[in-house]
Amino acid sequence: MARYIVGRVLQAVAVLWAAFTVAFLILYLLPSDPVKLQLGAAGIDEDSLTPAQVADLKHQFGLDQSLWAQYWHRLVDALHGDFGTSLTQHTPVTSLISQRIGQTLLLASVAGAVSLVAGALLAYVATFVRFRPLRIFLSRLPALGASFPQFFIALLLIQFFSFDLGWFPATGTQGFGSLVMPAITIALLTSALLAQVLIKSFEETLRQPYIVTARAKGLSRSAVHLRHVFRNAALPAVTILGVLVGLAVTQSIVVETVFTREGVGRLAQQAVLSQDVPVVLGIVTVAAALFVVVNLAVDLLYPLLDPRISHARVGKVRTPDAPVEVGSL
Amino acid sequence: MTASTLVKTTPAVEQGPIVAISGLDVGYVRHRRVTPAVVGLDLAIARGEIVAIVGESGSGKSTTASALIGLLPDNGRITAGSVVVDGVETAGAKEKTLRPLRGRVVGLVPQDPMVGLNPTRRVGSQIAEAVRLRGVTGAQADAEVIELLGQAGIPDPELRARQYPHELSGGLRQRVLIATALAGRPKLIIADEPTSALDVTVERKILDHLTGLVREQGISLLLITHDLAVAADRADRVVVMRAGRVVEQGAPGTILVSPRHEYTRALIAAAPGLAHGGRVVPRFDVREQPVPEPVLTLTDVRKTFGSGDTRRGQRGFNALDGVSLTVPRGQTHALVGESGCGKTTTLRIALGLETATSGSVVLDGTELAGLSWGRQRPLRRKAQIVHQNPFAALDPKFTIKQSIIEPLVSFRIGDRRSRHARAKELLDQVALPASYLDRLPTELSGGQRQRVAIARALAPSPDLIMLDEPVSALDVSVQDQILRLLAELQAELGLSYLFVSHDLAVVAEISHTVSVMSRGLVVEQGPVAEVFTRPQSPHTRELLDAIPGQRTAALVPERAEDDADAGERAEHRPRSPGRPR
Amino acid sequence: MTADVQLIPEQDQELAAAATPGAATPGAATPGATTSGSAASGSAASGADGPVTVDPAERGGGRYADLRTALAQLGRRPVFLLAALYVLFVVVCAFAPGLFTNQGPYDVHPDLAVAGPTLHHPFGTDIYGRDLWSRMLHGSALTVKATLIALAISVAAGLALGVVAGFLGGVVDTLLMRLVDVQLAIPALMLALSIVTALGYGTMPVAIAVGVGIVPVFARATRAEVLRVKTLAYVEAARAGGASWGRVLLRHILPNSWGPVAVLTVLNAGVAIIYISSLSFLGFGAKPPAAEWGTLISDGRNYMVTAPWLSLLPGLFVALLVLALNHISKTLQELDR
Repeated sequence: MARYIVGRVLQAVAVLWAAFTVAFLILYLLPSDPVKLQLGAAGIDEDSLTPAQVADLKHQFGLDQSLWAQYWHRLVDALHGDFGTSLTQHTPVTSLISQRIGQTLLLASVAGAVSLVAGALLAYVATFVRFRPLRIFLSRLPALGASFPQFFIALLLIQFFSFDLGWFPATGTQGFGSLVMPAITIALLTSALLAQVLIKSFEETLRQPYIVTARAKGLSRSAVHLRHVFRNAALPAVTILGVLVGLAVTQSIVVETVFTREGVGRLAQQAVLSQDVPVVLGIVTVAAALFVVVNLAVDLLYPLLDPRISHARVGKVRTPDAPVEVGSL
Repeated sequence: MTASTLVKTTPAVEQGPIVAISGLDVGYVRHRRVTPAVVGLDLAIARGEIVAIVGESGSGKSTTASALIGLLPDNGRITAGSVVVDGVETAGAKEKTLRPLRGRVVGLVPQDPMVGLNPTRRVGSQIAEAVRLRGVTGAQADAEVIELLGQAGIPDPELRARQYPHELSGGLRQRVLIATALAGRPKLIIADEPTSALDVTVERKILDHLTGLVREQGISLLLITHDLAVAADRADRVVVMRAGRVVEQGAPGTILVSPRHEYTRALIAAAPGLAHGGRVVPRFDVREQPVPEPVLTLTDVRKTFGSGDTRRGQRGFNALDGVSLTVPRGQTHALVGESGCGKTTTLRIALGLETATSGSVVLDGTELAGLSWGRQRPLRRKAQIVHQNPFAALDPKFTIKQSIIEPLVSFRIGDRRSRHARAKELLDQVALPASYLDRLPTELSGGQRQRVAIARALAPSPDLIMLDEPVSALDVSVQDQILRLLAELQAELGLSYLFVSHDLAVVAEISHTVSVMSRGLVVEQGPVAEVFTRPQSPHTRELLDAIPGQRTAALVPERAEDDADAGERAEHRPRSPGRPR
Repeated sequence: MTADVQLIPEQDQELAAAATPGAATPGAATPGATTSGSAASGSAASGADGPVTVDPAERGGGRYADLRTALAQLGRRPVFLLAALYVLFVVVCAFAPGLFTNQGPYDVHPDLAVAGPTLHHPFGTDIYGRDLWSRMLHGSALTVKATLIALAISVAAGLALGVVAGFLGGVVDTLLMRLVDVQLAIPALMLALSIVTALGYGTMPVAIAVGVGIVPVFARATRAEVLRVKTLAYVEAARAGGASWGRVLLRHILPNSWGPVAVLTVLNAGVAIIYISSLSFLGFGAKPPAAEWGTLISDGRNYMVTAPWLSLLPGLFVALLVLALNHISKTLQELDR
């Protein structure tokens, strides 16, 4: 068991490191002239300065070192929580992020909670309600929820609930009211995905022979569901929690932009627009860290739910090898 | 859950049969049409009686069992008739009526123990569930669980009760399921193919135990099985079903000695264990004959699976511990043993699909061990394989013709026209019509697909064919046909076979010599006639004793000599067009 | 135990699989007749193959029967046809937008600025009086092109990765799948943002970014299929029959693995469209005056209070397209079974 834990933690660290490296490579290797790009982002026009001044600035930004050196320094700094300085705002990236991350996490948590309840409820009703047409309708619903672009949902919600009904503010970060619509926008997608996985899992579990054994004992339908179906059906859903969290965080980029909220998401949008490389790197790494932490928590908790795993040899616990219903996440 | 909703029985009911089915029709709804599965079934089970329903797949036997307790799948319907269980009508009854019957009047032992238990709950708690439904609570319930586990023959019940299903072997899991069924103190137990997924020695012990228990406690038993021999050995009454109808019923002795219906007769004749009156009589006796040249020789073959190898699910597992055997040319050598004994691994090494860790494999005079796949390839022509599962044996996207001629294409034998001609020839040899050439595998039944697999194996004109349980997945009547086909082909073409099987009765039908394996070692070897009549190893003896159908041997009069038998059977062989006679 | 020795019924396997929740035993639910219900009696040549009353092979039809029945079934589903038509419409627009509108996308009509939907201007006009409907149609070229590029990248790379990982197994498999796992930690949108930061904005970077972001889905699906097929008996039989690994890969593994991938491609076309339009909505798409859908919707945001249709109608257009694609893929999936 200890081997399992250590293995998982090491894997998590490795994934985080790899994510950082991939992001770094994209941002520093992909551009035709990374130096020019970053200088340009900082508002510096190379052509209007003397070579000495340019060299000076390059040194200031640490852009005159080799790629390896830059990578190494960035990595070491990142380990200390330092992601450098924003090219456009001249403030440390870490402080930019930490100022805003509270709001984003709040949004993601609320959205997460809502989608958990909504998704589970929908899946339950969609599987166990007796009226067949309703069942079919409900099981098609998640596909609908996953098909609408988030920005469109956001705009619709704003139109209806802000402009037409005036229930909630259309923009801003103040108060609980401003949280409702953004959370719903995100929750629509994540709950749809969760519901899809759960519905499939319920159907799968109900087909298992041990369910017949349970019923043959004389248990009522609800007892069978409670004691045999739910727990086993929930297992595959638990494994996608990490993915859903990652999704919620990325969706916040769009959602915060549409609702003009203060958060890491909007920071990201602005950073990309202005090609502010250190900020983008910082945000991607932080988001990856969040994903990795949640996944690790799931991995460590999973053996508690599935006794087959805690007795198995160290190895891959679970990966949803079959893709989740709606596209990539 | 309370126990107070049990139906009160009157004295009249107490005397009557526990189950009385009359005129039962059951069907399945598919695409808005009801396809019948059971037609006009009449069946009564007396208290304390053991009744076995025997039938091949599609006979409706399992459907009958499910219908009894109202556990048909969602698309199943009872369309007519009545089912009275302990005085209560269950056909068309509501859940409210059915639930008190389940567990407490009728217990179910399901078929596959590997999936019949909830994998995330401890074994003890799953049995306790059934106990609590009777109203027993707390410590008393726990004590009962231990007692039931003991009754079901599980050693160390306190330890086992706290374990999860995956920590128990298949046999133990089945015993847990038996304990679960007993926990409700039922009056009738339905055992649906309770041992088909288990080794034959385990099967024997479990069935013995189960029948012992029900006799002891006066419980009726409804045994569902596809194996007439198993049924005959244990039941008071045997009911033969076919295509949803009862074809014949009676005491095992009567049925086996003087079967009235032609289908029953066909079942008996087709079952290797019964065809000779429950005795396993080897077809070939080569004890007095000179041994032909070996076409395949294995010498001291060892195989260890590495720690990362997931194929055998364990680390550093010694699959083979020094196996030596020979396959004489033109004859059949069988490899028998229970699962995990290494027989399949041996076969795969002989074919070159896996490499031995050490030891020598000589095919037709050439040493295989140490040769790369590329070098081995020309030798491939001499040895081919037929797999167990006919449904996975053919590429679903290939037509039959493409499947058959694939070896020819791979070995670059012949041209288009000659390959087409050869395909037709091969189809003919396996008694399939030429029109099948353009069909896809999904259009063929299991037995037909197996024939195609055999035709494919014959395509490069090999000397040796390896058969890995080629008939285990087929219905008994089809089994018989395939075995006969194989025997004919051997006689006609001088083929040698390496035949792997767990079923000794099948082996006796077709093999000349045999190696009995256990845990990676050959424990006994020699002519089938010798090994099966005078087994030296205790393991062989155990295997032979476990063959179902032997208890009825006492009931069946001595059959004629083997030769006459063979002649008799040759006359009754089904004729097929285009086959030279 | 001989758990692998299972009795497989002589009848149509499909019927056994059709038994819905609750069926305990394989073969328990298979009735005697086959689904076609044809009257032909068992063929004499195959002998008594158990209690089958119809010889499945006599149903005939050969290789293309399946395709034909599939098409016939599709033809009977009105919603599917509608969805397919809509998708077709959009694709045609991408290549010949002029067919459905006679307005130019850049024609300015200042006097008609911010007008509501009329017959002449089905989507209304923007602040410059440009016909929104025509701008949408012309914009479809950009989005469709981007989607096709993205799909091409993800399918090609995903298939290649999946086949290599599944086929070779071992270290290569572990390595490649680790890579794919890392990709999970950087969700598609994040990846796209990074790529756009590095390459600047425009249709191409967006397309590449989204394409790369969707690779894991295809890689995993293909790998799963390859692994499944690799262990099937007929692959082994082919090897025993002298086939080289190359032949096995090309003739057996690939044709049997790509089925689910086809369905996935349709599904992910919708996902790609969402990502692409989201990215252009955020401002990373093509530069004006060229208009991708996301840009159009974003532009309309400023006038939400007075002219909500400027954002909502184009948004609906996109949403319906994604819905249609999802429905098509769902239907194909159901047929597959």
